[in-house]
Amino acid sequence: MGLLTPDFGLFFWTLIAFLLVLFVLGKFAWKPILNSLSEREDSITKSLATAEQARKEMASLKSENETLLQKAREERSLMLKEAKDNAEKLISDATAKAKSEYERIVADAQAAISQQKQAALTDVKNQVGNLVIEVAEKVLRKQLSNKGEQEALIKDLVDNVKLN
Amino acid sequence: MASKSLKLLWALSFSVILTLFSMQGRAAEPAADSAAAPAVEAGAEPAHEAGKLDISHEIFSHIQDAHDWHLFSINENPVTIPLPVIIYSPTNGLSVFMSSKFEHGHEAYNGYQLNSEGKVEALDGSKIYDISLTKNVVAMFLAVILIFIIFLNVSKKYQKNGASKAPSGLQNAVEACVVFIRDEVAVPNLGKDYKRFMPLILTIFFFIWIANMLGLIPGGANLTGNIAVTCCLAIIAFVVMLFTSKKHFWGHLFNPPGMPTAVKFILVPIELISLIIKPIALMIRLFANMLAGHIVIACFVLLIFIFANLNVWIGGGFSVISVGLSVFSMLIELLVTAIQAYIFANLTAIFIGQMIEDHSHHAGEEGFDHTDTERELSL
Repeated sequence: MGLLTPDFGLFFWTLIAFLLVLFVLGKFAWKPILNSLSEREDSITKSLATAEQARKEMASLKSENETLLQKAREERSLMLKEAKDNAEKLISDATAKAKSEYERIVADAQAAISQQKQAALTDVKNQVGNLVIEVAEKVLRKQLSNKGEQEALIKDLVDNVKLN
Repeated sequence: MASKSLKLLWALSFSVILTLFSMQGRAAEPAADSAAAPAVEAGAEPAHEAGKLDISHEIFSHIQDAHDWHLFSINENPVTIPLPVIIYSPTNGLSVFMSSKFEHGHEAYNGYQLNSEGKVEALDGSKIYDISLTKNVVAMFLAVILIFIIFLNVSKKYQKNGASKAPSGLQNAVEACVVFIRDEVAVPNLGKDYKRFMPLILTIFFFIWIANMLGLIPGGANLTGNIAVTCCLAIIAFVVMLFTSKKHFWGHLFNPPGMPTAVKFILVPIELISLIIKPIALMIRLFANMLAGHIVIACFVLLIFIFANLNVWIGGGFSVISVGLSVFSMLIELLVTAIQAYIFANLTAIFIGQMIEDHSHHAGEEGFDHTDTERELSL
């Protein structure tokens, strides 16, 4: 059968054509194509790895942030509490101080008042004494300006004086 | 720019083919209508009975190699493109002339003539080496040029754009195939050593695929359905297998471990035969598949003329069915072109993989071999 016997000519040309294609493509096509394919795959793998790492870093950063935030929150509440305590203490201190001051002032005032009162009373007593003496002097002067009266008085006085 | 010129090329080739096809139809139509005139297509041997189609001749003239590219016939006059005949004869030396000198087998020239099978032979019967640029050789050169255009352009694009840019256009299509061959054929079968064989396997795959597809074009040559082509490819694959084979493989072949000596005497010849059968399987598989596809399509088309010989109206009516059937088988063939190219590449990779297997596979040797042969059988 003609179909099953290979022709020498066609075999010969196929050999040449195939080896030519193999050589030319191997040198000018497959090498650059395969190289850039593997290069691209490498870069994709690398990018993926980088992305994964970035994602992990991101996650760790996030958790770090979270803990920081938590800490900050705690600190804030602590600070608030402290501030509140301080304020309360301040207020109570101030109140106590004011109270004691007030008491001191009141006591001082009372002491001053009583002192003044004493002084005033002494003054009044002295003035009343002086007035009484003056009045008595005047009265006496007037009554003893004549002789009869002087004698009456003496007599009165003498009457009154009971010699024991 | 490259894709634009390629599109132009496609458009041009398709329009040429369509024109040829319609002319072929018109040329054949009168023959069918008159029913008296034989629809002679190949001019090599126009001696049939009047009114009868020589179906096998028709089909075989389509699938066989020829010294001229037959386009169509007008009233029994074949219109062909003559191709150069190159003959080396140990006695007469080299002679080169156009095949038109033979007048389609009617004339002898320069001491040579075409025999009834369309082959060149010396008038004195001496031994000659025919390395003519036959139809298949020219078709193969076209395929080679097409391959160069496609892959050198794509390669240029890779070099221009670098690895970081996404592929586009033809580059995208080629890249998908290249990645497929690398990841599905080379890496699983050849292991870590696959890079060495990538050029060979890629070249085999694309060479066969493109040659297959060119053969599908009406008027194209049945290149991969010719046993000389598949034989050559198989021998190249076989030579690569032998040259890359490792000591481990031969050791297992001639001294299968763990076998009684008596069994070895049976086993070694079987192993040797299986080694020889590998390239033969490669050769026959591609050849038979492509040949069968071409024959089926040709048969479907010729059914029109068989029926038209009985009755013009039946022929006309059947042409609808026939065209439908041939479109269907054409689509299947389109699939088969890729599948056969893939199988050839895959089997080559498997065979080479068996040859370069290292001691590391030693434990799973039997299982490995077994799955491989199974895989081979399923293909």
